[in-house]
Order: sequence, then C-alpha cells, then structure tokens
Amino acid sequence: MSTVFPEDSVGLVTPQLAQFDEPLALACGRSLASYELIYETYGTLNSSASNAVLICHALSGHHHAAGFHSPNDRKPGWWDSCIGPGKPIDTNRFFVVSLNNLGGCNGSTGPSSINPATGKPYGADFPVLTVEDWVHSQARLADRLGIGQWAAVIGGSLGGMQALQWTITYPDRVRHCLDIASAPKLSAQNIAFNEVARQAILTDPEFHGGSFQDQGVIPKRGLMLARMVGHITYLSDDSMGEKFGRELKSDKLNYDFHSVEFQVESYLRYQGEEFSGRFDANTYLLMTKALDYFDPAAAHGGDLAATLAHVKADYCVMSFTTDWRFSPARSREIVDALIAARKNVCYLDIDSPYGHDAFLIPTPRYITGFTNYMNRIVC
Amino acid sequence: MRADLEIIQDWIPAGSRVLDLGCGTGELLASLRDHKQVSGYGLEIDPDNIAQCVAKGVNVIEQDLDKGLGNFASNSFDVVVMTQALQAVEYPDRILDEMLRVGRQCIITFPNFGHWRCRWYLATKGRMPVSDFMPYTWYNTPNIHFCTFEDFEALCSERRAQVLDRLAVDHLHRHGWASKLWPNLLGEIGIYRVNSPGLTDHKVAV
Repeated sequence: MSTVFPEDSVGLVTPQLAQFDEPLALACGRSLASYELIYETYGTLNSSASNAVLICHALSGHHHAAGFHSPNDRKPGWWDSCIGPGKPIDTNRFFVVSLNNLGGCNGSTGPSSINPATGKPYGADFPVLTVEDWVHSQARLADRLGIGQWAAVIGGSLGGMQALQWTITYPDRVRHCLDIASAPKLSAQNIAFNEVARQAILTDPEFHGGSFQDQGVIPKRGLMLARMVGHITYLSDDSMGEKFGRELKSDKLNYDFHSVEFQVESYLRYQGEEFSGRFDANTYLLMTKALDYFDPAAAHGGDLAATLAHVKADYCVMSFTTDWRFSPARSREIVDALIAARKNVCYLDIDSPYGHDAFLIPTPRYITGFTNYMNRIVC
Repeated sequence: MRADLEIIQDWIPAGSRVLDLGCGTGELLASLRDHKQVSGYGLEIDPDNIAQCVAKGVNVIEQDLDKGLGNFASNSFDVVVMTQALQAVEYPDRILDEMLRVGRQCIITFPNFGHWRCRWYLATKGRMPVSDFMPYTWYNTPNIHFCTFEDFEALCSERRAQVLDRLAVDHLHRHGWASKLWPNLLGEIGIYRVNSPGLTDHKVAV
C-alpha cells in the first residue's frame, strides 16, 4: 500500500550529513577540531543561489522541520505547519535548509558523540557553545551548500536569537531576518527558569558529572523535571486552563502524594517522560547556557541600536500576546532598537492564546502575516 | 489613492523620513517610497491593515497610539503624519505633543465638527449628526473626540505650535474659494501642516 502525503507537504525527506575538518574556534576559547552537522533541505536551490532560507531551531528542536522520514511516520517535522508548498515558507519558491545545531543530540556532533581524541563520548567535556558559535558553524554549512547569502534566516525563540545574530555577525549574508517569539537577551526570570532546569539535571544521582553514558545510565528524573518546568513556561495560563482546568483523572481525591490526580499532572509527567527518553542531558545544559549567554548588545555597552547600526537585513519581528516566556515587550526591544538604527522592520503582535508555543501553531493571523512577509522577498 | 493622501503627498519633501500614525493599509508610505524616496514607519493596530502593509513592503509597527510614542526619539523624523485618527485617540492633546516632539513637522487631517451640515443636523434635529461620511451612532463610534477647526487651532496655539498650512476640503477632498473664506463652516475635512515649537519653517524645504 502506498502512502499519500498531504499535497502541501514536502513529502519524504532524507537527512544528510556534512563533515567539517577545519577547526572551529569557539567563544569559550576552545576549538572543535572536526565536527558533523546533520541537515535536511526542502525545495530546489535556484541557479543564482538566491532563494535559500535557513531555519534555526529552538531549545529542543532539530533538523527535521518538515515532511516525513518514512511513510509510517505519524507526525511530520516540527515546523511542518509553516514549511511546504503554498505554506508561509513556500518550498515552490524557496530552498530551505534546516540543521541540528552543533552540541545537539539528533545527529550533529554533540556531547553524546564520540570524541575522536579519547574514543569515548564527550559528555561533560563537550565545550559550552554560544549562539555566535552556532552562526559560525551554520555559515560553514552555507559555504558547503554554495549559498553566499540567505534570502532569509528564520527562527522562533532561541532560533530567533540565531537569526538576529546572523544579521549582526554576517551582515552581507542575510537579506531578511524573521525573528519570532524571541528576545534580545534573557531576563533574570528566564535565566532563573533555566537554572532550575539545570539543577534538576545536575543533582540527579544518575548524572555522574555528565559522564552518565560511560556508566550506561541516563539522568532520567532530572531531564524529566527540567522538561516539566520548561513546558509550563511554554504554555499560557489560559491555554492550560482550557486544556486541563482542574480536571481529575478519576472522580475522587486520593488524599496521598504519589497518585497522579489532576490531568495537568498527568500531562506534564507524560511530556517529561517522553522527553527524557529522546534528549541528551548534556545537550539540554548546553542549550540553556547558550540562551543565558546570548546578549549581542553587551559588546556595545548594552546599546542594541548601536549593535545593529551596521546590519543590512530587513526584519520581520513577531510576538504573541500570551507569551510570557519571551513576552511581546522583549520583541519590542528589538523593534525599537531597529527603529533607532533606522532599519527596515515590520512588527506584528499576534493575538494568540497559546503562550510561547504559539510560534509553532498555525493561527490564521500568524500564517497570513508570515506568508505576506515571505511573499515580498525577492529571490 | 485616497484624495487626502494625494494632497499630503505633495506636502512631504522628497527623501524625508516619515512616521505615519494610523497608517491603514500603508498606501501613503508605499507611494511616498515609490515616488519620493521617502523612508519611515507606519503605526497601525488593525490586523488586516497590518497584513496589507506587510504585503506592500511597508515598515509597519503594531503599536497603539494611545500608549504614546515613547519608543521614538525626539526630532527623529522630518514629518509625522496622522490622517483621520485625531478624533479617535484617547488623548488628542497628548498625541499632538508627541507628534511635535518626534517630528520636525506634523501633518494632521480630521473631520470638522463645525461644518454647516453638522451644525444644521444638531440645530434642527437636536441629535448627534449621523451621515454617510460619519455613519456612527454616538454610543458606538470610534470617533470619541470630535472637534472643529477653531478648537484644533486653539489647541495648537495653546501648545505654541505654528499652523503653516491649512486646507479645508469637502468629503471628496475638493477645495474652493468658499471653503477658503469660511473654512470652519464649509470645510468637512481639515488638512493641517503644523510646525514644532522652536523650529523654523525653512528647516524643511517643501
């Protein structure tokens, strides 16, 4: 029986690996002698290579942004709602590149990869990476694919930080930047949530200082807690209320502490459980640090407008009204700096009940704004 | 293009930086960009209008005028434009202050409540005027701060803002000798060019 993919899907996709043997100098002072990046592409690169779009993923994202890996896949890639024929990032027009970031755990070199110098997994020895390090590694992937300049670099949340950093680090290599549900830097509250997540992992007895792979275990409880607290911040009070309210799993209270009583408890445990089975604890620590460290304006004494003075890209900044993890006010900081720096920018504050997760959910106004912006990009 | 926008376009010097408050579908900014090398931004809150601005490649910023222009630096624009929005904002006096702060010149258009038809309607029916041009009932209208030309000019003089130009037009944006002679009676829409205090006219060449 042949499976038919939806008409607006990029269909069956196969990840590819790119091996890099030139050392990559990192912000922490160390360097990676060699590394691999796993990526997918959708659509076709035109002859002048002017229609390439880079997708940057968020904390727990990866290269599989659209389409299906096999006809049996129940779910498509994580941003399939926005990438495909006739979708905002229209693969009939654009050549889309989506990679798993360095330090990730979905096929690119990361803490769970084998360190060629020791023959053992890197574990805690994998260098702490920054958003700028990622951008440099992505630039090498662009070189490899023959892409001198991206038509657009697009990302939500931590992905939006990479998109913004691209325009600062490589101003001549980006024409448009779509910075969605993001921030110019984390607030103390954001860092605090990340620290709770990190402590959950670091204090798990199975973490073994990051060398858990050598011991043949994983810090499941720590990862689960980290994901649970993270997940709460991705949803809004309203969407949680709507989804779970105070609904109970059974019709009576148990008056104990070990039963899963409220539906929201059950949901969070399931999310945490599922996540702890597929995500590397060291990668989680690394991703949260990259978030915490991101602050491109620091080089200019905190003046973001000065940091953006030399950028050449046009920007589309989008935020969501119920997002409290990266609130609209944080997006407006980016917009105001771009205005002060006299750059071209559109800003949409989209009414959505879905909190931070809204950037993954195809609400009509979001899709229309996104599509309209992408359609004006000349390839 | 909307007739009032066509008139305004002539009042904006080529190459200037423009901030358009309540920019609608971005018609004015797109036309100024294409014909007069004007750069700038439009502020808007209506989602459909914003989507159309984005499609036109206009720099549209979703921002509520009632929350002020605190994110815009003083004297950072050559011209600040506000068409048909003065009567709909919460604090018309504050937005005028903000416009005068942010722009070297301001262009403002608004419907004249002193027009003879409004006066006649109110005098004969004793009820708030409703017309094709102003179709709302008093209890359900976005236009919460109607004023007359005289009122607006009094506010300008109170704020020591200098009125450089005034054009009184009818709802089809035609103007003639009669509306020039009795603007507050015969003008339906006022198009004003106002200068910021302390700035002289010659700084912006029209």
